[in-house]
Amino acid sequence: MTRRVAEELAKKQREISVAEFFEKNRHLLGFDNPTKALLTVVKEAVDNSLDACEEAGILPDILVSIKDLGEDRFRVVVQDNGPGIVKEQIPKIFGKLLYGSKFGVGKQSRGQQGIGISAAVLYAQLTTGKPAVIYSRTSPDRPVRLFHLRIDTGKNEPVIVKEEETDRFVREHGIRIELELLGKYVRRRQSVDEYVKETAVVNPHARLKYRAPDGKEFVFERTADQLPVRPKPIKPHPYGVELGVLERMARFTSARSVSSFLTGEFCRVGKGAAEEICRLAGIKPSSKPQELDHDQLTRLWKSMQKVKLMKPPLNCLSPIGEDLLIKGIKKEFGPEFVVAVSRPPSVYRGNPFQIECAMGYGGDIKTEEAVIMRFANKVPLLYQASACAMTKAIQKINWSSYGISQQSGMPTGPLVIAVHMASVWIPYTSESKEAIANYPEIIKEIKLAVQECARKVGAYIRGKKRLMEKAMRKSLFEKYIPELAEFLSLITGEDKNKIKSGLENYLRGVESDEGGSGDRKTGEENSE
Amino acid sequence: MTKAEAEIEKLGKKILNEIREGKNPSMEVPIRSLGTIRYDENKRCLVLEKKIAKRYFFNVSHIRKFVQTVAVAALSKELIEMGKTSHLRDVYYRLVRTIPGTNIDLVDDQSETDRCIEDLELMTGKLREELHINAKKSGSVVGNVVIKDQGDVIDWSALGSGGWSIPSNVENIEFKKVDADYVIYMEKESVWERLHEDRVWKKLNCIIMCSLGQTTRGIRRLLQRLNKEHGLPILVLVDFDPWGYYIYSVLKYGSINLAHLSEKLCVKNAKFLGITADDIERYNLKKHFIRLKDRDIKRIDELLNYPWFKGKKVWERQLNMMKKFKAKVEIQSLSSRGLTFISERYLPEKIKNEDWLD
Repeated sequence: MTRRVAEELAKKQREISVAEFFEKNRHLLGFDNPTKALLTVVKEAVDNSLDACEEAGILPDILVSIKDLGEDRFRVVVQDNGPGIVKEQIPKIFGKLLYGSKFGVGKQSRGQQGIGISAAVLYAQLTTGKPAVIYSRTSPDRPVRLFHLRIDTGKNEPVIVKEEETDRFVREHGIRIELELLGKYVRRRQSVDEYVKETAVVNPHARLKYRAPDGKEFVFERTADQLPVRPKPIKPHPYGVELGVLERMARFTSARSVSSFLTGEFCRVGKGAAEEICRLAGIKPSSKPQELDHDQLTRLWKSMQKVKLMKPPLNCLSPIGEDLLIKGIKKEFGPEFVVAVSRPPSVYRGNPFQIECAMGYGGDIKTEEAVIMRFANKVPLLYQASACAMTKAIQKINWSSYGISQQSGMPTGPLVIAVHMASVWIPYTSESKEAIANYPEIIKEIKLAVQECARKVGAYIRGKKRLMEKAMRKSLFEKYIPELAEFLSLITGEDKNKIKSGLENYLRGVESDEGGSGDRKTGEENSE
Repeated sequence: MTKAEAEIEKLGKKILNEIREGKNPSMEVPIRSLGTIRYDENKRCLVLEKKIAKRYFFNVSHIRKFVQTVAVAALSKELIEMGKTSHLRDVYYRLVRTIPGTNIDLVDDQSETDRCIEDLELMTGKLREELHINAKKSGSVVGNVVIKDQGDVIDWSALGSGGWSIPSNVENIEFKKVDADYVIYMEKESVWERLHEDRVWKKLNCIIMCSLGQTTRGIRRLLQRLNKEHGLPILVLVDFDPWGYYIYSVLKYGSINLAHLSEKLCVKNAKFLGITADDIERYNLKKHFIRLKDRDIKRIDELLNYPWFKGKKVWERQLNMMKKFKAKVEIQSLSSRGLTFISERYLPEKIKNEDWLD
């Protein structure tokens, strides 16, 4: 069965574009410095593994291992139990930039550009000269394929250094990739440790095992054994398509006329709408889309934005869900109170998206400033927090109305906030996928989700405060009871223990019938 | 058992009964505030309108005062039983301590116990002195007067440079002989010493009396007795500033805190001898101006609103002059005209001309 999936995936995999450019612009892909490079390599491999497992309907079981080889060299190993990749495709997927199945498919997934893992291979090659080692097995009755791959940076083509069958891979199916690269390992914020932990929070259906360079081993067990709803692929909506994408779609389409190209390759475009678009663009509906020149395509693209169309269907999204978010936060942070909200899907520029928020308060969380975790399609975003729509939305909220104080815009206290955006097309601010662009529709949805959680957390904090005040009031009364008993005994001659127990009885009575007359407002005088 | 003792017991029993009945123990404290006092035109003094505030034990904002008040009551009862009296300051020291096993101090400073003592006076209807609690001795007096105090016969004219120290409780003093035409009361001890040294009381045949700053209850009561029982006019000599005028005001009309005792303390026909705005002109005291602060000016406006000053041309004129000068003048500035100027010129002249305000 997994073999079939792999072959199906193979059909969609095709050449996209050329590469050498990235060798000189590695920062665009998240390799700006050794610390970030190490994280990016792990992230690309794990994201691919999770996508592949979910695609194949397999509960992910992923091993991440980083070995410190000294002199800033690290060996990164990521191994999954996914469907594996057929041997014909392996060289291209790992050894050719911008080759993949996900680009422009119109389906929510972690990767969306087809450059991630091959960029990691390229980075390893550039820093250590070592080829990537890839094991793949598509089913238990198939042999394990082992590849040693390099990338010909001039041609953007894979170079197979070695290819053989082996039995060194233990899993029944899946991929194991080993890369040797220059990097730097850090702990805490923006580290691989943090990435793996946050990944576990939003992927409770995955089992993650992580061996850190210092030899520590972390196992994030599965807390959900249901796979998330599989996202349905949708065709792009005319409002959300970029001109460049339109050009490429027009060139590769099998449609014979612009009219059928529009109705066939886009959602929510009927015959009438297609003709309207053509009329506005001054293009004959019967002309061949492959033959349109740049000007015509630009006009076509502009008219596509002008016609009135229905919103795209919203069932193409796979949110994490409130239950799983709550489970994830509980498991990794041990809060005393946790709440989650999944907003209904919404649309920005023709792209459906959905915002979710989870918030944990108190308990094992001991932070002074709130910990904010950002996720896009279940991938943690660790860099460029201040540029991100999620951070901005959080800063725009008036936290004091929820009993949470705010310092330079950010909420404080023992608080963990997770915000997730699910979308077919996440609008990142750059290729390295670190921050979400500031579309007003997106910011608004984030605010609504976070506010709803904050309201519940605020109510919890207030309740807790009330309980504390009640306890304090009680203990105040208790402290004064022996004093009153003593003085009253001096005045009346009554036994002070009797007075004491009388007062204690009253206090118990007040406690049990909640509130009581203790704080009745009276006209007690003020000083002059 | 004295009446005061019985009243304290009554208060204690009421609280005890409420505890036995499972109620929130309470006490009823007459409220003394701007809202409950008013100026009585007929009585010509401040009076307290009866308005009660309930103070509860099981109430976070009442509990502290509640326990303090009961503690003061217990202490007062003990004093009465033992036939001893205690000073306000001693009451504070008897109660100040940390409640065992807590971080709460039963009282923090003396103002709290003083306040509780006043509450107790109001609740029992008994004077502080009857509760066997006294204030410190608070002033001096000299003049042709012979009194009897606790069996001792005392001649006010034969006590050397210190004069007789006025105790806080003058209730039981017996006047044997009063040979004087009026009383000059002043707020300043140094002025009193000057006048005593110059034998002014002898020359003008008067009684001179001083307090140290605020007029205490003992002094007010003594002045009232001299005025009521022996018909002596009371002349008040204070600084030309809002605080001096306030001393006169309290002496004559009463204060918010002691409004319940106005009848026993106020000297309703007291006269304001000086220093007046006109004195400043006449005796050329402008060169002794001390600039008033903003809060002093505010105080003048408050005085202008007192019902007994408001609309009274004499007083409005004085206070408005003060505002106009934006300055005060102290009594001591008279000595710039010569050490004995006040004794030999200022006082005789003012009294001869009956140059005072009423």
